[in-house]
Amino acid sequence: MKDWFKTGSPWVWLSAGGVSLSLISVIGLLWLIASNGLSYFWPSQIHQFDVVDEHGKQSVVIGEIYDRESIPTVQLAHLDLGREIESETIERILVKTGNRELVSLDFRWILEPLITQRSLPEDVAVVERRSNGNFYGFIEKIVLDGKDVDSSKLDELLERVNEFQAQISELQKVDIGAINYQLERIRLKERKHILDGTLTEDVKADLVSQSDALKAEYQTLEKELLALRKEVSRDQIVMRAMGGETVAINFDQIIKVTFSNQLGVIGKFGVFIEQIYGFIFDDPREANTEGGVFPAIFGTVLMVLLMTVIVAPFGVIAAIYLHEYAGKNAFTKLLRIAVINLAGVPSIVYGVFGLGFFVYMVGGNLDRLFYPETLPSPTFGTPGVLWSAITLAILTLPVVIVSTEEGLARIPSSMRHGSLALGATKAETLWRIILPIASPAIMTGIILAIARAAGEVAPLMLVGVVKMAPTLPLDGNFPFLHLERKFMHLGFHIYDVGFQSPNVEAARPLVYATALLLVTIIVGLNMTAVNIRNKLREKYRALEH
Amino acid sequence: MVLFTLILIFLYLLYVIKPIFESADVEPVNEISVQANGQILATGLDELKEVAYLIDSQGSMTFYQMSKSDFRDQGSEILSEQLVQGDIEQVIASDNGRLLIVDEQGQVQLITAKFTATYPQDSRDITPSIEYPLGEEVLPVDEQEGKVERLGFAMNEEKAVVVAYTEDNRLIKTTFVAEDDFNYDPEFEAVYQEIEFFGPTVDDIKVTPDLRMAFVRVGNSVSVYNLDDEFSVDKKAELNSIVPNGVDITATALLSGGSSILFGDSDGKVSQWFEVAGKSGREFKKIRSFTASKTEPVVEIHTEMFRKSFFTITPSGEMGIFYTTSDADLWHGNIAQKVPSALAIAPRADAIIFADQARLSLLKVDNQHPEVTWKALWQEVWYEGYPEPDYIWQSTGGVDDFESKFSLVPISFGTIKAAAYAMLFAMPLALSAAIYTAYFMPPGLRKKVKPTIELMEALPTVILGFLAGLWLAPLIEDYLPAIFLLLLTLPIATFLAAFAWYKLPKEMKVKLPEEWAPIILIPVLLVAGFLSFALSPILETVFFGGDIRQFITNDLGISFDQRNALVVGIAMGFAVVPTIFSMAEDAIFSVPKHLTSGSLALGATPWQTLIKVVLLTASPGIFSAVMMGLGRAVGETMIVLMATGNTPILDWSIFQGMRTLSANIAVEMPESEVGSSHYRILFLAAFVLFVFTFVFNTLAEFVRQRLREKYSSL
Repeated sequence: MKDWFKTGSPWVWLSAGGVSLSLISVIGLLWLIASNGLSYFWPSQIHQFDVVDEHGKQSVVIGEIYDRESIPTVQLAHLDLGREIESETIERILVKTGNRELVSLDFRWILEPLITQRSLPEDVAVVERRSNGNFYGFIEKIVLDGKDVDSSKLDELLERVNEFQAQISELQKVDIGAINYQLERIRLKERKHILDGTLTEDVKADLVSQSDALKAEYQTLEKELLALRKEVSRDQIVMRAMGGETVAINFDQIIKVTFSNQLGVIGKFGVFIEQIYGFIFDDPREANTEGGVFPAIFGTVLMVLLMTVIVAPFGVIAAIYLHEYAGKNAFTKLLRIAVINLAGVPSIVYGVFGLGFFVYMVGGNLDRLFYPETLPSPTFGTPGVLWSAITLAILTLPVVIVSTEEGLARIPSSMRHGSLALGATKAETLWRIILPIASPAIMTGIILAIARAAGEVAPLMLVGVVKMAPTLPLDGNFPFLHLERKFMHLGFHIYDVGFQSPNVEAARPLVYATALLLVTIIVGLNMTAVNIRNKLREKYRALEH
Repeated sequence: MVLFTLILIFLYLLYVIKPIFESADVEPVNEISVQANGQILATGLDELKEVAYLIDSQGSMTFYQMSKSDFRDQGSEILSEQLVQGDIEQVIASDNGRLLIVDEQGQVQLITAKFTATYPQDSRDITPSIEYPLGEEVLPVDEQEGKVERLGFAMNEEKAVVVAYTEDNRLIKTTFVAEDDFNYDPEFEAVYQEIEFFGPTVDDIKVTPDLRMAFVRVGNSVSVYNLDDEFSVDKKAELNSIVPNGVDITATALLSGGSSILFGDSDGKVSQWFEVAGKSGREFKKIRSFTASKTEPVVEIHTEMFRKSFFTITPSGEMGIFYTTSDADLWHGNIAQKVPSALAIAPRADAIIFADQARLSLLKVDNQHPEVTWKALWQEVWYEGYPEPDYIWQSTGGVDDFESKFSLVPISFGTIKAAAYAMLFAMPLALSAAIYTAYFMPPGLRKKVKPTIELMEALPTVILGFLAGLWLAPLIEDYLPAIFLLLLTLPIATFLAAFAWYKLPKEMKVKLPEEWAPIILIPVLLVAGFLSFALSPILETVFFGGDIRQFITNDLGISFDQRNALVVGIAMGFAVVPTIFSMAEDAIFSVPKHLTSGSLALGATPWQTLIKVVLLTASPGIFSAVMMGLGRAVGETMIVLMATGNTPILDWSIFQGMRTLSANIAVEMPESEVGSSHYRILFLAAFVLFVFTFVFNTLAEFVRQRLREKYSSL
C-alpha cells in the first residue's frame, strides 16, 4: 500500500478522474438536452389511473406521465394516507391532465400507493388546441352544423378547418398587414409634409384619396375574414373528460386530434416527425409556451447573417494587417493584447455599450436627422435588429481575427517567397496567393463567430431582442428588410419561456426542445469549423514536406 | 480598428459615468427689477423657470416674466392680485407647493400659484393664476381669534394641519378637514385642539407632510408631538443636546419626505436627525452633520421638494448645497451680500430664485446626481428609517417618495462570491484534467478527448443557465445529501479502482493499460454517483430527520434558497472548465520534452517529474489559465441570472443566492431611465466589470507571452 502511494500512481488516477468527470459531464449534458428535447416530440401514452384518496374517495385521472420521484416517507407523515406504508420511500407521479377549463392546474401529483388500477384506454383522444392547452378525454359525438354525425368524419372536418385557418392567417398577416403598413406610411408622409411646410391642398387630397382607397380595401378584406371565421366555427366536437363532464370544443380551436394509445411505433414516428416540423415552422401560441419557434429561428438567422456581413470584412482586414503588415514592435504587441482583451470583455458590457452608444446616441441622432416625422416615437433610437447585429459583430471580431491570423500563419513561407520571386508585388501575392489559400481559415473564423453569436443572449436583451415580435424583420412590404424592428431569438426564447412565463412547469419540455435545437445548431457549426481547420492543417503540413 | 473599438468602449463608458461624480454648479442666469410694497416675504417659480412671483408684506402677489418669451418681454409684470386686506405677517410653503398666508390678525389664507402652458402659434406661453383651495376668505387659526406668533403647517389632499403658538402662550392645533378633496372642492370643516404646553416662548414649529408629527423648538431643545390621534395631541419625545454648550440652534427645516429634521446652528454646522428603531423602541438620533460655514451661523435652511438635498444661507449671503444621504458637500459660494429677503428652489431643483430689495435673481443650479458619491457607492450609508448604516442596493421601490439606494458593495460581493464558488468547482476539475490529458494521455486518446471537453466552451451559457435553474436546482434541493456525498464517494471510488488495478495480475494489466484510466474510471464514477443518489433519501431519513432543508433552516439556522451559490458554482464551473482546461493543457503540453526526459532518466517517477519539473515550468501558464477562467466567471451573465434568486445580499453562505454586477445590469438596464443616476450607475457597473476583466486578461496575456519567450529560449 505504501509502495503504491510512493509510485504516485493514485494521484495519476485521481487526475485521470478529472478527465473522466469532465467527459461524463459534457456527454451527460448533451444527452440530457437531447433526450429531454426529443421526448417532447414523441407522443406519450395516455394513462388512466383509478385513485382512492386518503378520505376513501374514488376518482379517475387521465393524462400523460410527466415526471416521477421518490420521497422519504417521513416527509409525508403529516398527511394521513389512511393506510400503513412500510417502505422508506414513496414513489409519486406527476401527471399532466390538461383540461384547463375544468381544473385550475394542468398537473397533478399522485402517490403510487393510492393508485388502485391503471390502464391504457384505447379510445382516449388528445386534442391539441389553440388556447387553453391540451384536452384529454373521449370523443362523445361530433356536431356538424348543428347535427350529430359519425365520428369518422373527424379527419375530413379537421382538414377543412385547417385549410380555412391557413386562409385566415394569410389574410390577416399578409393582406391586412400590408394595408396597415401602407396606412401608417401615408400618415407619416402627411406629417413629414406638415413639418417641412409643404403640405399643399393637392398633396393632402392625394394622400386622403390614397388612404380612402386602402380603407375601402380593408373593409372588403375584413368582410372576407368574417365570412371565413364563421365557416371555421361551424362545427363542434363533444368530449367527455376524466371526471365524466362533457365539454364541447369548437373546431376553430382544434389543431390536431391524436389517439396516442392506438399508434404503433411507425405511427408514433410519423407523429414525431410531424411535431418536429410543426415546432420548426409554426408560430408560438399561448405566450410562447406552446406551438413552434419559427419567428425565433428566423430572427436568430437574420441577425447572425447581418452580423456576418459586418464582421467578416473588418475581421479579415484586421487579421491581414496584423499578420502581413504590422511590424514586430510594441504597438503590435499592444494590438494583440487588445484583441485578447476584446475577446475577454464580458458580453453584457458590449450590451451596455451597444445600448448607450448605438441605440441612444447613434440611433437617436439618426432619428433626428432622417425620421423627424415619427418622433417622439423612435425609429432607430430604440433597440432593433441592426444594433444587435453591430453589437455582436464587435463581440465576435476577435474570433474572426484570431482564426484568420492562425490560417495566415500556417501558410508555408515558401509559397509567399515563390510568388514574390516571380515578380508579384506584395498586394498581388496577398490577393492571388495568400487569401485563396487562407479562405478555409477565414471560413472557420466566420463559422465560429456565427456559433458564438447564435448562443449569445445577455447583450441582446439590451439591444434588440423581445419576447414576442408582432412582425418579422423581413416581409413583403417595401423596403422588405426592416432593420429597425425588434426580433425574437432562440437563446432569449429559452430564458423567457423557462423563467418568465406564468406556467414554467408546462413550458419546460418546449424549453428543452428549443435548447436542443440551439445546441444542435451551435455544436454542428463548431464541428464544421473544427473539421475545416483540421483538414487545412493537414493540407499545409503536406505542403511543407 | 480593434484598438479603436476597445478605446471607444472605454471612453464611452467613462463619458456616461463622468456626470455622476461631478459636483454641483451654480450660475446666475438673469435678473429683473421689481416693485414691491414693503417687504418681500415669499417668491417662487414655475417648473420651466419662465414665470416668477413675489408676495409682499402689504398683501399683494405679483407675477413677472423671468425670461423673454414670444409673447412678453423679460421683466414685464403679468398679473398682480391683492390677497388679503391687511398686512401679511408671514408666508409658509408646504411640501406640495402650497402657500399659507398668515396675516397680522392670526388669520390664514391658503393659495396655490398655478401655471398653465398653452401653445398658440406653436410656441409656449405660460399663464399664471392663483387658486384658493380653502376658499378666498381668511380663516382664523385660533378658535378664540387671538393673534399667533409662530406657526407650522402641512397638508395633503384631505387635510390641512396648522400648529400654532398664540400671543397668549397657548400651543394649538387646527385641522381643516376637506369634505371631499381640496383639489376640486373647497368645502371643509375646522377642528380646533389645544396642546398641553408650558413655556414662555416658541422659536419654531414644523409639521411633517404626512401630518403625523410636529416639531416645536424652544431655544435649543425640541419637542416632538404626535398628531396622529384625532382627539388628543401628546408629546412623543424631547430632543436635547442637539448642539454643544455655547452654541445655539439658528435654523430648522424638514428634509423632503418629512422623515428627517435638519438643525442649523450658530457654529455653522447642520445636523440631520431621524427616528431609528432602537432597543427601547423608536427614538430620534443624530445621523450626520455638515459644515456649512466655519465662521458664520446658519440662518436659513431650504430643502428640495423631491430629493434629499438642502441649501444653507449665512448672514453674509453665502450659500452651501448639500446632499444628506451621500454625505455630499456639493457647492459653496456667495450669491448675495446679505441674507435674501426671500428664496425659493425651483420645482425641478434645477434653479433657485431669490428676492432682494427691488430685484429678483434667477440662478441655474446644475446638480444632476447629488446622491451618487464615491462614499455612497462603496461605503456604508445610513438611510432614513434604517437602524444602522448598511450596504444596500435597491434601485426602485413601491412608493412615490422612495429613495434609491445604490451601494455597489452587495452586487460586487455577489460577483466575487459567484466567481469564487465557480472557481472552487472548476479549478480542481479543469487542472487535474489538463494535467492528465497533457502529460499522461496517449496521443490518440488526447486527440479525441481535448476537442470533446473544449466543445463545452461553445455551449451557450443560456442553456447552462436554464439547466442549472430548472433541472439542477430542484435536483440539488431533493438530493442535497447526495451532492455532499459525491465529494467523498468520487475520490474514494477512484482510489479503489486504482488500487484494484494495481493488484491486477500482470497479463490483465497489459490488456488494460494504465493509459486507459479515464475510460476505466467512467463506469466506476457513474456507479459511485448512482450509489450516492440512491443513498441520499436514506441518509436524509437517518441523519436529518427526513427533510434536510428543514434541518438546515430549523436546526442550523441557515436560510436555504433553492437557487443558491452551490447551483451557480456548479453551473458556472462547467462554463469555466473548458477555458481553464484548454489553456492549462496547452501550457503543460508545450513544456520542452528534454526537461521531462532528463528528470525521468535521473530516476524520478512520472509523478515526481510532473510535480517538480513540469508543473513548476508551466506554472505561469497555469496561472494565466486560471486568470482567464476567473475573467470569464466574473463577467458571466445568463447563468447567474437564471440560477440564482438575484437577491443583493452580503452573505458567503453556500445555500443562499447572490446578485452579480452583470445580472444586475441585465435585469435593471431595460427599465432605467436614460440619463438618470440609475442609468449611469449601471454603466459604472459595466465599467467596473470591464476594468476587472481587462486587468485579468492583460495579466494573463502578459504572463503567457513571457512564458512563450521562456520556452523558446529553453
